Amino acid sequence: MSGYLLRRLIHVVPVALGVSLICFLLVHIAPGDPLVAVMPIDATAEQEAEMRAAYGFDKPLPVQFGIWLAHAVQGDLGRSIATGRAVAPEVTRAVGNTLLLAAAASIIGFPLGIFLGFMAGYLRDTVWDRAITATAIAGVSTPNYWLGMVLVILFSITWPLLPSMGAGPGGSSDWSWDWQHMRHLVLPAITLAVVPMGIVMRTTRALVSDILDQDFVQALQAKGMTRSGILRHVARNAAPTALSVIGLQLGYLLGGSILIETVFNWPGSGYLLSVAILQRDLPMLQGTILVLAMFFVTLNLLVDMGQSLIDPRISRA
Amino acid sequence: MTASDIPLTTGQTDQGGEGMRFMGYTVYDALINWDLSSADKPSELIPGLATEWSVGEDELTWTFKIREGVKFHDGSDFTADAAVWNFDKLLDDTSEQYDPRQSAQGKSRIPAVAEYRALDPMTLEITTKVPDATLPYQLAWILMSSPAQWEALGKNWDAFAEDPSGTGPWIMDNFVPRERAELLPNAEYWDDTRIPQLDRMILIPLPEPNARSAALMSGQVDWIEAPAPDMIPALMGNGFSIVSNTMPHNWTWHLSRLEGSPWNDINVRKAANLAIDREGMSTLLGGLMVPAEGFLPPGSQWFGTPDFKVRYDLEAARALMEESGYGPDRHLAVKALISPSGSGQMLPLPMNEFIQQNLAEIWIDVEFEVVEWNTMINIWRAGAADESSQGSQSINFTYFIQDPFTGLIRHLSCDLIAPNGTNWGHYCDPEMEELIRQIRTTFDPAEQTEVLRRTHEKYVNDALFLMVTHDVAPRAMTASVKGFVQAQNWYQNFSSITME
Repeated sequence: MSGYLLRRLIHVVPVALGVSLICFLLVHIAPGDPLVAVMPIDATAEQEAEMRAAYGFDKPLPVQFGIWLAHAVQGDLGRSIATGRAVAPEVTRAVGNTLLLAAAASIIGFPLGIFLGFMAGYLRDTVWDRAITATAIAGVSTPNYWLGMVLVILFSITWPLLPSMGAGPGGSSDWSWDWQHMRHLVLPAITLAVVPMGIVMRTTRALVSDILDQDFVQALQAKGMTRSGILRHVARNAAPTALSVIGLQLGYLLGGSILIETVFNWPGSGYLLSVAILQRDLPMLQGTILVLAMFFVTLNLLVDMGQSLIDPRISRA
Repeated sequence: MTASDIPLTTGQTDQGGEGMRFMGYTVYDALINWDLSSADKPSELIPGLATEWSVGEDELTWTFKIREGVKFHDGSDFTADAAVWNFDKLLDDTSEQYDPRQSAQGKSRIPAVAEYRALDPMTLEITTKVPDATLPYQLAWILMSSPAQWEALGKNWDAFAEDPSGTGPWIMDNFVPRERAELLPNAEYWDDTRIPQLDRMILIPLPEPNARSAALMSGQVDWIEAPAPDMIPALMGNGFSIVSNTMPHNWTWHLSRLEGSPWNDINVRKAANLAIDREGMSTLLGGLMVPAEGFLPPGSQWFGTPDFKVRYDLEAARALMEESGYGPDRHLAVKALISPSGSGQMLPLPMNEFIQQNLAEIWIDVEFEVVEWNTMINIWRAGAADESSQGSQSINFTYFIQDPFTGLIRHLSCDLIAPNGTNWGHYCDPEMEELIRQIRTTFDPAEQTEVLRRTHEKYVNDALFLMVTHDVAPRAMTASVKGFVQAQNWYQNFSSITME
């Protein structure tokens, strides 16, 4: 087991390096000039050259990458071109807000997805199964941008029960777990939860259905094991795959919320990314992508470790 | 706000006109301000932190009388020395208060300024490089930050950004980057007519039009800019007020005048202007536009009385095209650079497709090169002759046209031909050059206005641009918001607003 964990940890290093290089290059090969957003529209060529030198964009690309990486490993992600502020604290705050939203969406989406998936699998080919499966397909197929707007129209405008934008009455800086702030979480979290809930539901259904057909279940039934005992066995066998799917969906929740955060003006990393793209704010873009990518890498690592703990066959493979 | 972040708070703002509107003329003042009190006439310059100014006989040396008794929000006095300190912050990179970010925003706004000094605490002298009567308009861009506050915060602009100090009608109380800025009224403001009536004003960046409209309809905000056009009927039906007004904004096609460009033929330029169905375009935009009658909006104090009437007249347009040898059997092909979005660009894709159809009616076949907005700004700076323009003879660009330089001079002056300036089309004409010289050397405001009128008449008579429309900057607000007067200006006065 420990050998597996060590190998898995060592694998993280080249992956992280590769991810860093891709983050850096992706934003550099995009068309356009990153300094346009901050220069006056009629800036002179001299001013442009000054700015280019001040931000280090006059250096060769490999040198820029070396400098950027050396700073990044020390936690310094540079300064935003658009705002002049340090990137790291802004990204940290935004990722914190996205984690909050992802946590709320997870609390709504994953237990519900697992429960309904389990139900559908266990009650397969009944009307319950068909209703739950149809719900799951609808959830996966609904564009969450559209769903967010529908929820805003229904619950913010038609029946003004919940706020449609922002992280709280005073913004995200004074976040606390009171109802005034939680109200701001409800609509974006529900919108964000719908797709992963559908996917987890379908996966769990398929797993449960598959496991119930296996010989060991029939053997357990023949031995007279209680229904709850059999379900425990089914759950244990389904868990590694379900965990893997949940891990992937957690990644989706962190990185796939750009549209939802834009609709609800949620000050998270998705919103920060969209603004950085619009402003061609290279350091902000690189910093946000890097932090999110490192989250994915870490998440994958944790999922792999979790799977090996649940199913020791994985670490022996 | 439609911006995605709170504009730079240190004094010289970023984000163009919107930055100046929300974080410029709220917290700060310039030596010379814009009069934002009237919705009925174009805004004019009025005394700000300088009460009066005059130019010497050499036409280079200007003297400014500083307003007595003005204090920054931190309690320190505004003096001529503070003004000099602020010019150094933008222009003197050896001064300790030099701020590259503010300089990037402010330096190009005052190209005429050569030297400046305080003759005494209440008198400032500015010398220009060449005679330039547009200096007062240039100075209206330059906002004054507090030297004392900067010193007190450890001579650090980052710290100043979080706790800024100007002389303006609003004091910044709280600031969360990208989320909100909270402003309190400055009860001691020097202009009694602009002491804010509200207890607090909160600025929230909301770049997405539907999110802005939803925030207003759900009661989370009381006032928004640029509501989503298709939500305006719903807003009005639910008792929200919509206000709009002419503003110094221009939505044009800037035409290439390089050798070989079809736009060198005045018949073609005039025909294209006569082929645009501006009423139809107004329908497309839900009425939120002012049809162009010239380069400047109708009603501008510099409009003049051009002979060429910009209107929709397909028959006259076709006659002009035929005079130049074009017709059903001989079409003219032009290439136009357009962007899918961008600051002030309104709804560029449907609007350009509309123009494409209009021009097809007079046998002009338009091919579009669609480029991202920031890329287009680069192409605009590089000019029509640059490879990046891809041989296009037109570029769809919107303009801030609030003062003589940004409104008229910078587009067509020979010495500002790209890449030395923003004369994208490489236009150079001796008669226009003489008019520009006169604008810069006519120091009597009434006479200068007369020259500006003659300049604009030439813009229209020679059909130097494809003149399409002007934005009207719609704003939507709840019924409880009272007293907002939308000035014909990129900046606005929020002090008069009350809530019932």
